[in-house]
Amino acid sequence: MSSPQTLFDKVWQAHEIKQDDTGQSLLWVDRHFVHEGSFHGFAKLAERNLPLARPEQTLAIADHYVPTRARTLDGMNEKVAAVIRTLQDNAQKHDVELIGLESYDQGIVHVVGPELGFTQPGLLMVCGDSHTATHGAFGAIAFGIGASEVAHVLATQTIWQTKPKQLRISFNGKLPFGVTAKDMALHWIAKYGADFARGYAIEYAGNVIEELSLEARLTLCNLSIEGGGRMGLIAPDEKLIEFLANCARTPKGDLLEIAKEYWRRLKSDDDATFDQEIEIDVSQIAPTITWGVSPEEALGVDACTPDPAKEKDSAKARQIADSLAYMGLSAGQPLQEIAIDRIFIGSCTNARIDDLRAAAEVFKQGPSKVPGIVSPGSNAVKRQAEAEGLDKIFKSAGLDWVESGCSMCVGMNGDIVAPGERCASTSNRNFKGRQGPGSRTHLMSPAMVSWAAIHGHIADIRHLTNTGSH
Amino acid sequence: MEPFITMTAPTCALDMANIDTDQLIPARFMKEPRSVGYGQFLLYDLRFDDQGQPKTNYALNDPKAQNVQIVLARRNFGAGSSREAAVYALVDYGIRCVIAPSFGDIFSSNAINNGLLPAIVEEADCDRLFDQLNGSFQEASVDLTAQTISVGALRVSFDIRAVWKKKLLNGWDDIDLTMQEKTEINRFQNAYFSRFNWLNR
Ligand code: SF4
Repeated sequence: MSSPQTLFDKVWQAHEIKQDDTGQSLLWVDRHFVHEGSFHGFAKLAERNLPLARPEQTLAIADHYVPTRARTLDGMNEKVAAVIRTLQDNAQKHDVELIGLESYDQGIVHVVGPELGFTQPGLLMVCGDSHTATHGAFGAIAFGIGASEVAHVLATQTIWQTKPKQLRISFNGKLPFGVTAKDMALHWIAKYGADFARGYAIEYAGNVIEELSLEARLTLCNLSIEGGGRMGLIAPDEKLIEFLANCARTPKGDLLEIAKEYWRRLKSDDDATFDQEIEIDVSQIAPTITWGVSPEEALGVDACTPDPAKEKDSAKARQIADSLAYMGLSAGQPLQEIAIDRIFIGSCTNARIDDLRAAAEVFKQGPSKVPGIVSPGSNAVKRQAEAEGLDKIFKSAGLDWVESGCSMCVGMNGDIVAPGERCASTSNRNFKGRQGPGSRTHLMSPAMVSWAAIHGHIADIRHLTNTGSH
Repeated sequence: MEPFITMTAPTCALDMANIDTDQLIPARFMKEPRSVGYGQFLLYDLRFDDQGQPKTNYALNDPKAQNVQIVLARRNFGAGSSREAAVYALVDYGIRCVIAPSFGDIFSSNAINNGLLPAIVEEADCDRLFDQLNGSFQEASVDLTAQTISVGALRVSFDIRAVWKKKLLNGWDDIDLTMQEKTEINRFQNAYFSRFNWLNR
């Protein structure tokens, strides 16, 4: 009898080529995404004059630097344009499929992969981007790698990894109104710390996970890295399998049936054990926002900013004081009094169709008091949103409806928050300067961003039901 | 890569937790080719004001910090993005070792791949090191074989994954190592595609 295995064990085992005497495993990589930032990896390959081992298992996507106001490089900052061109050149040189700036399927890599069914259960996927954990929502082992590792995967289609420990986070109970996958993620990260899951692969489980939409699962796995976890997985279920059956990049016919049979077996055995387990009752979660400069600096929207004077640990007290100072906030300030200057609805965390629907629904209550941009996660999301008329809602709320890309999540394309400005954002990082030098970011769900926009300050989405207005 | 065995060098204490990769190198500098030298971008927004002038109160800008090769910081150093550029910024600046109670996972593997030692110390030892340095830029001695760090009379031990230690000590490069496994990889690949036949394209 084989011993009970977790979902992670099963996928890992299927990819293990060998183990060396230090316990490191050499793993087979099914899918490798590269983007503009991967130019360092390609440069390392060129230094050694090495070819790609398996170009057919590599997909190049332009997303990090792409302009969102137009779909052309004309008139762009020359250096930004050069980075995008380098990706095109490398793709062409190495015979790699490119979803470029002008492609029908363009979008953010972590939105496009799952959308096309390029992401599938049981695969091992890597990308030179830390939010690669997103793809784990479809039952894959997916993780971010650095440029040296990118070069290694390009040259060998394999990667050395030490098997991580395993953590299961179970979300149970009934999700209250206004609480989403984003809030669940910020909640556990705030509660346990931004480095809690360091060295662990996370499996998300519990009745709430089963009930979540596929989009919401992607959001949850996306944020694994903000809690320190390099990967986050969710077992495939019938909802996912049905979706995949109709995707462009999944097998068809008999092969699909064989694949389905395998996918259905990809779940943790009942008696499988984890190195650590935590359980969260979602009925206790409030809509959650970040007030500081790390995703762990998050609180329920009805709370006040922390007071460093009340913190016994002096290092922590200094950290709180430093974060408050950077954010231009004072101790004990109600979060709902914080006025915002602009909003951003976008990124691989929260720019899927579900997210845009939720955001647009709120704008039926009124226009935005602040400027902002809405950048759909992919062209496909954009087309769907426009078919549903969501673009009109955003535009009449006074927002800019722009093209898809990483945009203001990281500001590489020039979409930035001005120094000192405060942005309510659906993205994933509130680090100092993340959205531009001196920018101040408050992370929250799409509905909470919209609700803040309507008020001009942070506000509690749960009041939307109390007012009874619709 | 140069093997890393021991080093002794001036050390700079950055008394902050969560020094993330966006701070180590802001995204706007990452479109530059490595050949420009990434050291100039290290911790840019902390080191320079919005006019591009060095902030005099920042430790790394202290004239005594000129030959710093070791950085001491608080927990969760290098959290965040997978950008290896964060490691390039440190390495190009001349840093060869960062000491902290914890590191971002991807940062650590990137560090190893560039010969930079991420030395994990206990929180209490980290406090002691901060006290011992006390704003000076004293030399620290790092011994990778013994896994110890000494500053003056203080000696603490540090942690590192066995495989990473081995790689640093030998200056090994992964691609060279993996290329030697070619036969095994090919054998695996054939078996893999016959098992998962829907993946063969
Ligand atoms: S949207 Fe932001 S987090 Fe996502 S891949 Fe782009 S830059 Fe990274």
